[in-house]
Amino acid sequence: MSPDTVSNELAPLSWADAAYFAPEWILLAFFILLAVLDLFLARSTSRAVIGYLTLTGLVASMGAVLWRLIDRDQAGSGEGEPVADVIRLLADSYRIDDFASMLKLVFLAAAALIVLMSLGTVKQEEVPNRGEFYYLLLPAVVGAMMMASAGDLITLYVGLELLSVTTYVLVGLRKREVKSAEAAFKYVVTGGIASAFILFGMSYLYGLTGATNFGAIAQAFQSQQAIAAPELLYAGLFLLLGGFGVKIAAAPFHAWAPDVYQGAPTPITAFLAVVAKGASLAAMFRLVFSIGFFASAPGWPIADDIFLLLLVLAAAAMIVGTTAALVQRNMKRLLALSGVANAGYLLIPIGLSLQDMHASNTGEFGFYLIAYMLMNIGAFAVVSLVERSRGEELLGGFAGMYHRAPWTAIAMLIFLLSLAGLPVTGGFFGKLFILLGAAQSGAYWILAVMVASSVISYYFYFAIARQMFMRSLGDDTPIPVPVTTGIVIWICAALTLVLGIVPTPLLSWMNEHISIVTDLLVR
Amino acid sequence: MIADIPILSMIVFSPLLGLLAVALLPKSYAHYAKWIAFGATLIPLGLTLWLYAAYDAGTGGTKYAELATWVNASLNKEFLGDVASYTFKLQYQLGVDGLSLPLLLLTTVVASMAALASVHIKKRRKSFYLWFLVLEVGMLGVFLARDLILFFMFFELTLIPMFFLIGIWGFFGREKAASRFLIYNGLGSAIMLVAFLLLVVTAGFQVEQTGQQAVQLSYSGSYDVLLRNFADPNAYVNLVPDAVQGGTPFYMSESMRWTVFLLLLAAFGIKLPVFPFHTWMLKVHVEAPPSIVMVHSGVLLKMGAYGLLRFGIFLFPAQVESFSFVLALLGVINLLYGAILAFVQKDFKLVLAYSSISHMGIVLLGLASLNGIGLNGAVIQLVSHGLISALLFLVVGSLQERAGTTDLQELGGFARSMPFMSGILLAAGLASIGLPGLSGFVGELLALLGLYDTQPALTAVAVLGIILSAAYMLRSVLAITFGQVQERFTTFRDARLVEAVPMIVLLALIVLIGVYPAVLTSPLKHSFDFLLGQLSGGGDS
Repeated sequence: MSPDTVSNELAPLSWADAAYFAPEWILLAFFILLAVLDLFLARSTSRAVIGYLTLTGLVASMGAVLWRLIDRDQAGSGEGEPVADVIRLLADSYRIDDFASMLKLVFLAAAALIVLMSLGTVKQEEVPNRGEFYYLLLPAVVGAMMMASAGDLITLYVGLELLSVTTYVLVGLRKREVKSAEAAFKYVVTGGIASAFILFGMSYLYGLTGATNFGAIAQAFQSQQAIAAPELLYAGLFLLLGGFGVKIAAAPFHAWAPDVYQGAPTPITAFLAVVAKGASLAAMFRLVFSIGFFASAPGWPIADDIFLLLLVLAAAAMIVGTTAALVQRNMKRLLALSGVANAGYLLIPIGLSLQDMHASNTGEFGFYLIAYMLMNIGAFAVVSLVERSRGEELLGGFAGMYHRAPWTAIAMLIFLLSLAGLPVTGGFFGKLFILLGAAQSGAYWILAVMVASSVISYYFYFAIARQMFMRSLGDDTPIPVPVTTGIVIWICAALTLVLGIVPTPLLSWMNEHISIVTDLLVR
Repeated sequence: MIADIPILSMIVFSPLLGLLAVALLPKSYAHYAKWIAFGATLIPLGLTLWLYAAYDAGTGGTKYAELATWVNASLNKEFLGDVASYTFKLQYQLGVDGLSLPLLLLTTVVASMAALASVHIKKRRKSFYLWFLVLEVGMLGVFLARDLILFFMFFELTLIPMFFLIGIWGFFGREKAASRFLIYNGLGSAIMLVAFLLLVVTAGFQVEQTGQQAVQLSYSGSYDVLLRNFADPNAYVNLVPDAVQGGTPFYMSESMRWTVFLLLLAAFGIKLPVFPFHTWMLKVHVEAPPSIVMVHSGVLLKMGAYGLLRFGIFLFPAQVESFSFVLALLGVINLLYGAILAFVQKDFKLVLAYSSISHMGIVLLGLASLNGIGLNGAVIQLVSHGLISALLFLVVGSLQERAGTTDLQELGGFARSMPFMSGILLAAGLASIGLPGLSGFVGELLALLGLYDTQPALTAVAVLGIILSAAYMLRSVLAITFGQVQERFTTFRDARLVEAVPMIVLLALIVLIGVYPAVLTSPLKHSFDFLLGQLSGGGDS
């Protein structure tokens, strides 16, 4: 592992190297075990046991990631070197660095919260195969983790497909529901096309450089001085951007999201909104930063164009997402459109590029991603409660929630404040740090767009608050809150507040430990 | 030592004690919530009074200042070379000076009186007082915060409770009014945040030398740091990029200063409100419960003027100086527009709403004068209008509870059935039109006197507005007290004790400021010295 010069020869995986894959192994082992267990369990046995075992697997994997993270930190705590060398596996196609580890922890935590929340709310009659529902989340998370660690186009694509294919199945799990089938079909078609676009775009990169490793691509660009056919590079970048644009549901590539989010079982919707989106954003982040700065050709400001394009995509996502959400009455569709706007917020740190005084991109991205994960999963958990008690997920279902479940209403208010970016919540500081980064970089126009989009979003977030606190449904029967779902709601609410009161440790950790040069860039 | 007690923090957060007590109150005792909340508003009031008495204008409020670092987040410094630390600092910094102090007193007085006046609230009492106390924390924090981001957070903290207070306890169109309030003010604070961030990354940049070689870089929103950096010709914010090797992103060019100043003007102009950004506040005045309008008109609008003075004018004196004519013009437009429209309104609440716009115009005039007299006048006008409009809406709330309407054509002849309340209303109306001996007179006189020095022509036009104000105010107040006696109104009871007490207290303060304005001006004495020194003409007070 970790050779001084990157070699493109594929070294075989040694037993010692295999240990670095422990988090992924654990998930896969649990996946196979649970698939078999599901076959042999009696039909009458509750599938909750599979849910709890899935949760165990996720937590164990989290432990493994955390252990590696701490181990590397201690190994590097000698003089001079703040962090140990990045672990490069399989010719630098799979990297274990702080950026990847941080994201893996986010994905695993998100998946664990989602499993916990489903234990209380997913009903047998709704999802006939509850066993599949739980254990299929495991390979999906493995896919997301691969995308976070990928240093090579092929690895990236394999991770992406692993995540996509499993989520296609998960979206369609409500077999008897027409909406779910429609959603699954739409998701397969658009997702498939997007994957094809990404692959096509990758082929241009390979064609221009003859390499698939991010670092090797960057080296090839550097050694070429001037790229022979910049037009082809642009074509490839456009294709990649379009494909990833669909995956992260950034406008104008977002049209599938409301339908799919509405049709999927609510916990799976949360998974799409947090893990699937986050993984694609992370992969874009690494890919763009690794190769973006090195391509050059006379007369073509390639690097500037790439980053400008990302900011334009971010602006479009923010504007379209918030304005479209204004007229939305269905909660899951509304959160889908809010997710479009949030994809825009998360694109900004990537699009801001690097300046001498501004290199905190990973910190801004990571902090907001974590805040977004907490508030979004919390909000979806509340939506699933309302859905369960009302049989629908329209905005009106929230009416009188203050009387029917006062504590849950308060938790939801915290999530809404965080989504709207109001103090004192994680969402506020997340947005503040991104805005600060934009101001430091002098990208004032994106700052203005982001602030404007936040204000517009007040309207629909507070429309939910209005339903909860100002309207009444007539019947004040309490909404039952299953214990596990309640736990998820309050973990998310508490952490959202904690991030809003003491944001320093998290942001400082990320900015001090995740180095752009050694962790993020593949060189 | 008294100075060791964090008195300012105690003032800001003492309402939370009441919040806790109300929250823990069992449902069956909900009717006690009002007294607990009222008691909780008395704590900051008492502390503020004590502070007011102990305040020494000569030394200023520096000994009460509190400073703690809240957020000190590292930024990525891998491209900066040899740097010890590179951070974003958010200070928990509170401070008081002659400008904050009168407004602080206004806030605590109005909040206590509004808590008493909330007897009319009949539903969901506990939640009402919870939001009310959160609102008070926000307002107190706004006037004491000395860090841009902290100020912004307190400012936003007033937004959320107001949304619920209007939307749940308001009148028929309450939800629309709440939404409109939220969007307009959200927009205002968003513009403010942009301006603040531009300030943080330029004037807020600090280089500190620690030890031999290590340099500490930080971005800070601290007001003191901003003032220091703006005043220091060697600070990065004032160094033209050519003067520094390799350029600097911290320099604030002339056009950028103008941009930030205009952004601040727009942000606080919405809150003030400056014509044409006033439509939201009309809705709030009509639809919100009267005790909340007391707070809104009495304190929240003042936050706009305060912010404009503290951040717009103090930080950008050069820009204000060349902009003073436009500022005065905006003030005159507000003054006349509000007065003329108040004259034709049929709803008494709308008369008062337009009258607020008109009176806030006078504040703008005082600010635009940029001399000691005018600025003093503006601050006195802020406090005076806060007290007067709180009193007027207190009476309106009591009237509306009894008559069920505030339509001027239906109200009339209250002097017979309710002599006490009619007397108070008449006195408040006279204070509002600036009768000598009442507080309104002092503020208007000083603001216009100040303006006369710099913009005599506009002052002449402004006086016209003052005459109009007498016309519209007397027209409606006299119609209510003396006009046509309505049969169904003759049985009304006069003010109850809980209504009478806040009326008397507010009126007493109005009279006190009217006959002895030094209670306000003495702490103000040195507050503007720094600003006046910055202006090219120099100060004359």
